[in-house]
Amino acid sequence: MIPVPDIFRILPEVVLTVTGVIVMLIDASLPSSTPRRSLGWIAAFGTVAALWVSLWQLSLPQGTGFYGTVETSAFTVFFHVLICGIVLVALLVSLDTLPEDSHHQGEYYALVVFGAVGMCLLTGAVELLVVFIALEISSISTYVLAGYRKNTGRGPEAAIKYFLLGSFATAFLLYGVAMIFGATGTTQIYEIAHLAPTAANHSFVLAAMALMLVGILFKVSAAPFHVWTPDVYEGAPAPVVALLSTAPKAAAFALLLRVAFEIFPSLHAIWSPLLWIVAALSMTVGNLAALRQQNVKRMLAYSSIAHAGYLLAAFACATDVRGFGIGGIAAASFYTAAYAAMNVGIFAVITLVSGYDEELPFIQDFRGLIYRSPFLGSLLIFFLVSLVGIPFTGGFFGKFYSFSVAVGGGAVWLAIIGLLNSGLAAAYYLRLALVSVQHRENGHFENEIPSPRVGVAVGAALLFAAAATLVLGIAPNEVLHQAEEGAYTLQAPPAEVSAPLDKAAAQPVP
Amino acid sequence: MDAINNSILTLIILAPLAGAVLIALVPDRAKLPNWIALLTALVTFGLTLHLLAHFDYGNTGFQFGINLPWITSPAIFYHVGIDGLSLWLVVLTGLLAPVGVIASWNAIAERRKIFYSLFLVQQTAMFGVFISLDLMLYYGFWELSLVPMAILIAMYGRKDGPKAALKFFLFTFIPSAPLLVAILWLYAKTGSFDFSTLQLLITYGHFPAGPMCWAALAFLFAFAVKVPIFPIHGWLADTFSEAPVALAMVVAGKLGLYSMLRFHIGLFPVQAHAAAPYLIALAVIGILYGACLALVQRDFWRLLAFAALSHLSLIVLGIYGFTSTGSAGAVYQILNHGVIDGALFLLLGALYDRYATSQIASYGGLATNVPRLATLFVITSLAMIGLPLLNNFVGEFLILSSTFIGVSRSWTVAAALGVILGAAYMLWLVQRIFYGPQSTLAASKSGMNNDLQFRELAVLAPLAVLMLVMGIAPSIWLGTIEKGVHPHSPDIRVVDGHFMTQGGQR
Repeated sequence: MIPVPDIFRILPEVVLTVTGVIVMLIDASLPSSTPRRSLGWIAAFGTVAALWVSLWQLSLPQGTGFYGTVETSAFTVFFHVLICGIVLVALLVSLDTLPEDSHHQGEYYALVVFGAVGMCLLTGAVELLVVFIALEISSISTYVLAGYRKNTGRGPEAAIKYFLLGSFATAFLLYGVAMIFGATGTTQIYEIAHLAPTAANHSFVLAAMALMLVGILFKVSAAPFHVWTPDVYEGAPAPVVALLSTAPKAAAFALLLRVAFEIFPSLHAIWSPLLWIVAALSMTVGNLAALRQQNVKRMLAYSSIAHAGYLLAAFACATDVRGFGIGGIAAASFYTAAYAAMNVGIFAVITLVSGYDEELPFIQDFRGLIYRSPFLGSLLIFFLVSLVGIPFTGGFFGKFYSFSVAVGGGAVWLAIIGLLNSGLAAAYYLRLALVSVQHRENGHFENEIPSPRVGVAVGAALLFAAAATLVLGIAPNEVLHQAEEGAYTLQAPPAEVSAPLDKAAAQPVP
Repeated sequence: MDAINNSILTLIILAPLAGAVLIALVPDRAKLPNWIALLTALVTFGLTLHLLAHFDYGNTGFQFGINLPWITSPAIFYHVGIDGLSLWLVVLTGLLAPVGVIASWNAIAERRKIFYSLFLVQQTAMFGVFISLDLMLYYGFWELSLVPMAILIAMYGRKDGPKAALKFFLFTFIPSAPLLVAILWLYAKTGSFDFSTLQLLITYGHFPAGPMCWAALAFLFAFAVKVPIFPIHGWLADTFSEAPVALAMVVAGKLGLYSMLRFHIGLFPVQAHAAAPYLIALAVIGILYGACLALVQRDFWRLLAFAALSHLSLIVLGIYGFTSTGSAGAVYQILNHGVIDGALFLLLGALYDRYATSQIASYGGLATNVPRLATLFVITSLAMIGLPLLNNFVGEFLILSSTFIGVSRSWTVAAALGVILGAAYMLWLVQRIFYGPQSTLAASKSGMNNDLQFRELAVLAPLAVLMLVMGIAPSIWLGTIEKGVHPHSPDIRVVDGHFMTQGGQR
């Protein structure tokens, strides 16, 4: 068999990087008075190309490149396509909503694309140092994006908070990597998977696992590591939040799946109860806090914490003797896709309704939306219905798969807690939905607030998100099938099959 | 003909949905959405009549069945079919759809597109609930039925729509969480969501008794809130006073009661038997409590809500008496309740449209102003209180007599007391609205022609005739219903026979 050139293994990342560099170069060479909007289109086309290249990667045989540091498999392709799709929608939303006179538009588009590079690489990396680098690429871009509205007080605050807590999380992860290197003498994930169960110093392995889990749970904003989420979401511009709340989380969940099922399947009995508690806590804390919010973005921030909890329920799935759970991985992957579709959609609606500078951030400001703009109003209700988890929407099947694998794995109580939580969540989602169909008391509201203008790009983005949510709710077969294919490829190959690696590094550190 | 028979149930689900999409696409001009909705509803009703014509009345199994794989993992099937239990409920839903459209004809004056499309989506969800034989599919439609209802209550509520909508949604959504867990648990144990397969496996004792009890309770709780039965009826009065007429007449009763018969008693006969004494007690309390509260209401929507609580509790009594006559009477009573409540909502809605108040005290002496409305109201009220020769009499008689003989005399006497109270509050309502001295409100509008128009008569007259026919010749319905109810009795031989006809497909 002809070996696959290494470059093919990271081709989507290459395409995205080239796009980002082109955008930056053009941005630098244009006179400052020229509008930068067309750069957004370049970024969007680059993302579409990356998405297409990711799909093409499916035709490659599964395997690693660059000395066993990056992998292409059905699993990585699933998350690459998902992340590129999210980034595309976020770019389209930004195209129509970023203020025309902003001086930093070019930079903005480049940062979004570079962030995507990091997220994509994170899902494909099978070497912990590459994982770390990928995480940093994605994090640094998103730290800057979170503080993009420099003229408001909340923007820089959000960026600083995100940066400080994010750095902490990365530090935890890095300590974990160091520990596991100390225990096994390697940072290659497959080798760790083989060496970890028999490592001489078992407590190092345990500590490494705990530290890595903490780092990743920070990134997915699961309770009790969630405190940064509401402030950051409130301060960051809405199109950025659409990206922040979905794409880095999808990447982080991919990493969590790798860590849990690929590196430490032998420790299933230890991390499974931990994640059980984190899942139950995230759902409950997120939903209880969301009930009291008046700011829509804060409310959705807490709701995203709750959704992280629903997703983590999938980790309570039934597993084989080695601690490997196909159903759980597939359910978690599916949930990231379903959550991304509906959440990107709802943030797109919020961007349009609240405006880029957020003159209208509160739930009460959405009053009568469906009369002002039937298109946005019905989409808002549709996305909310999906977030509630009503059947025939993506949100339902996400929750359904997650809880059904949890029940299959014996975590009936977690499923009950989760479903009661989704009843609780219905209260605040519904509050927003009902406000949007409410009349003004005096009966006239049409002329008070101008109806938001829906541009071509953002309209396409909204329809894309809505179609994805609907398809995931009516015909989830294909996506679920891909998620399952991905789950099968996530298994660490047996020792003799794994790529020839530098054996000198495999010696345990004394 | 086979092709039609195979796809007829799918057509019945899809027709309202297609109408809803069409309404969403056409411009909101003049009465265009109304006409499309009416046409869709009539076509759908026609399709349900096709079921009547081609139903094999001798067969106790599921008919017009389709079983196609929908989602491979987990194995969810698009499995639909009807039997004697669901046949008439489907037809009733089909009948009430055009009635609902005509009831809203003038009452809904703005944003008709949203109203009629959501109304039709609601129809799809209801049909789906009645014909689904795959538990996940059923659950899907069950949940779907909440959304249009909640949105429409919020948008068209009379005074405080959003609050009533929230109450309605949460009351019915939260109990469905344990229901979903129970369904998933059954699937985890068996690998199937199929109703007949699960019924069979449960009959042969494939499940541990303890968790089964909890699963049965989860099913029961979800259904009991939806019916509703005492003491979880909190949403009913607010929903009745806020919901648009066309939706209020479909919201209570049918879905929950049908689900009890099919999925609670059908899947968990042993646990249902164990729960029966408590449910009978709650039902009788509900009958009396609802009737007493109906007596003291000042608002006719709320009066109707508590009357409904009382009548629905009587049906629950019939279901959980576990006598075959009682069960058949209960199903018959679901139909009666649908017809009579539909007519009452129409009539009170007509009053509300004309006089813009639901305070009973504001009315009085209307009979001379609106003679036709008064006549129909009296007929409907008489049917509701169970006058012989009208439909409710048959159902109530079957339920009470079977309970008296087969279950408990004292509970039956108490329940019968509720029926007498029912006569009191209904006749008193008639007296206060239509007779006595003319109120200032009635006098102020006495010059106008406020009587029922042709549009309303065209709907109400057939309903009134139906009440009479159902009272005189109940055997048309009862024959089918009894065949449908029987397989759900916990008799092992019958379930066996069911296996012979149904199990062969799998």
